[in-house]
Amino acid sequence: MFLQLFFIYCALMIVASGVLAISLRNPVHCVLMVLVLFFHMAGLYLTLNAEFLAAVQIIVYAGAVLVLYLFVLFLVNLREELHIDAFIPSPWLGRGIATGLALALLAVLPSFTPGSKGQWSVEAVREMTHTVVMGQEMYSTYLLPFEIAGLILLVALLGGLVLARREENSFEALTKEAISSGCACTQSKEVSQ
Amino acid sequence: MTTAAIQWTAMAPILPELFLVGVAVMLIGFDLFLPRQRQLLPWMTVVGALAALGMVLGAQPGEGFGGMFVIDGYATIFKIICLGAVIITTLMSEHFLRIINLRQGEYYSLLVLSLVGMLLMASAGDLMVLYLGLELMALPIYALVGLHKKDGRTSEAAIKYFLMGGFASALLLFGLSLFYGLSGTTNIAAISELLSSGDLVASPVFLAALGLIIAGFSFKVAAAPFHLWTPDVYEGAPTLVTAFMSVGPKAAGFAIFGRVVFLGFADLQPHWAPVLAFMAILTMGIGNITALSQTSLKRMLAYSSVAHAGYALLGLLAGTAEGMAATMTYLVVYLFMNLGAFAILMALAQPGRRCESLEDCKGLATRSPLAAALMLIFLFSLTGIPPTGGFIGKFYLLKSAFMAGYSLTVVAAVIFSAISAYFYLRVVRYMYMDDPQESTPVVLVPGMKAALYLCALGVLGLGFFPGSLLQWTLSALSGM
Repeated sequence: MFLQLFFIYCALMIVASGVLAISLRNPVHCVLMVLVLFFHMAGLYLTLNAEFLAAVQIIVYAGAVLVLYLFVLFLVNLREELHIDAFIPSPWLGRGIATGLALALLAVLPSFTPGSKGQWSVEAVREMTHTVVMGQEMYSTYLLPFEIAGLILLVALLGGLVLARREENSFEALTKEAISSGCACTQSKEVSQ
Repeated sequence: MTTAAIQWTAMAPILPELFLVGVAVMLIGFDLFLPRQRQLLPWMTVVGALAALGMVLGAQPGEGFGGMFVIDGYATIFKIICLGAVIITTLMSEHFLRIINLRQGEYYSLLVLSLVGMLLMASAGDLMVLYLGLELMALPIYALVGLHKKDGRTSEAAIKYFLMGGFASALLLFGLSLFYGLSGTTNIAAISELLSSGDLVASPVFLAALGLIIAGFSFKVAAAPFHLWTPDVYEGAPTLVTAFMSVGPKAAGFAIFGRVVFLGFADLQPHWAPVLAFMAILTMGIGNITALSQTSLKRMLAYSSVAHAGYALLGLLAGTAEGMAATMTYLVVYLFMNLGAFAILMALAQPGRRCESLEDCKGLATRSPLAAALMLIFLFSLTGIPPTGGFIGKFYLLKSAFMAGYSLTVVAAVIFSAISAYFYLRVVRYMYMDDPQESTPVVLVPGMKAALYLCALGVLGLGFFPGSLLQWTLSALSGM
């Protein structure tokens, strides 16, 4: 009973803080809403007996990622708001579709029956401890997805770098630079910016 | 605790992917340390992709990582399409990047990393690999779309694409998590077995999950009503990236679409086929009719690529091996004809001017007879006129959908196909019957020429020898 109440509390808070995070005007408030969201996500992991994940969620997301977000917000000057034309002229169309989708999902979810359980029951996990089980599974059964996730991080880094870099070294400028200076490799890169 | 030795043979199935990751990392390093040898980057990309193509063709059918990674004929054909898209795009790259004055060495490594994602999608035997492959494919493309920051449209296109892609991923993930909850496994073959053994009844939740993933996939292949992002993003992105996006990711999207819906949930065909039939009609209708009123050639090709996703759905909804083979054949033909048409559009571009409107191809025949003749072939093929591959591909698609009993959809496809002739052939009229607006000749550099000849060869070759490709895809499908 307590678990159910706790779950409902966490779920509602996640939805509410998620909606607030995208609708508030002040970016710092948005980031703080995301912080609230991360804490309640950690709460959800606790209800699933995943204490390690809950701790990682708090340390990595609430601790590190959010602080980074805040740093970026303070460094970037966000005085001007960027306005882009809406995809769909009327916002009510989107809201209607969203409500319809939510209602349809709520209507079908009661008929949900959990499928067969895998080899890791709660008792088995408790016996080996959560962290050991997760480490073993991740580096054996789920090695391939784990490595692909690592590759995705590399791509995110590369993509972020490409998008953030100032575009001034054009073809001509670069070839001139390469001809005039013997070692253009260090100057032509603006990775440090 | 026991220490487990690493079995390197377990890595054998993903050798082409690992090789391409190596190529991508090498491209970054090469760009960083040897900036003066930059002109070698496209050739390294092409050679790397060709080597990977050889590895894919030589790979033994089988499974890796406990069924998470599948190598079969189905995966091989989609991998060939994706590799072909990257090779041809790379051949066209250097010229176009020079024209729009864009030099980013990371362009090629992002392209190759996206290719790795597509190959993983084609081989995904597990919902987790499928989703991660999809993200690995999509993330580099978000960056590629926004690469050309001097053009104001590209940033908007990149933001739109990123938001819509994130939304589609959310829908897809929600559907996948429902599947996992219902079946207790993420392995597609295992879910399929549970379905056919009757343990996993097609409950309302299951159908809702199916709907969610169909919506997610439809975003990726740009099928209506989930195509809204396509015209703006395709128009805003650099033409080179648009050409790549309209072929590679679309083929990879069809690969996972077919893998889940056709191979995984074949027993549920009565449930998903009518939905796909409706979406196919809608996609062909919206794509072809909206393309009629476009004045920008690029935007017209964007809508035409939406319409072609609708044609390709025809084979998928038939739910037969012939239908799937027809879809795969069509995607091969589409690779050549669409990339070819975009290549001509790129050849028209000049420094400082985009030259993307229909006006710009007026009198192309006098400016460059070769470019006009090649464009004629590609446009005939996109319309579906007999001696080209487009006709054969469309014919097989219509045949398989008709055999499966979707005659109404087939009739709609024929009508919309006839409508499409108007806007494709209008370009031909402009090219051959109007006077040129300017006299500067259209220069085709060697790389561009190679790409164009490859595309023309593909379109005509598949048109003159129609049966061979279909037979090959069919045997690849049945040999699984």
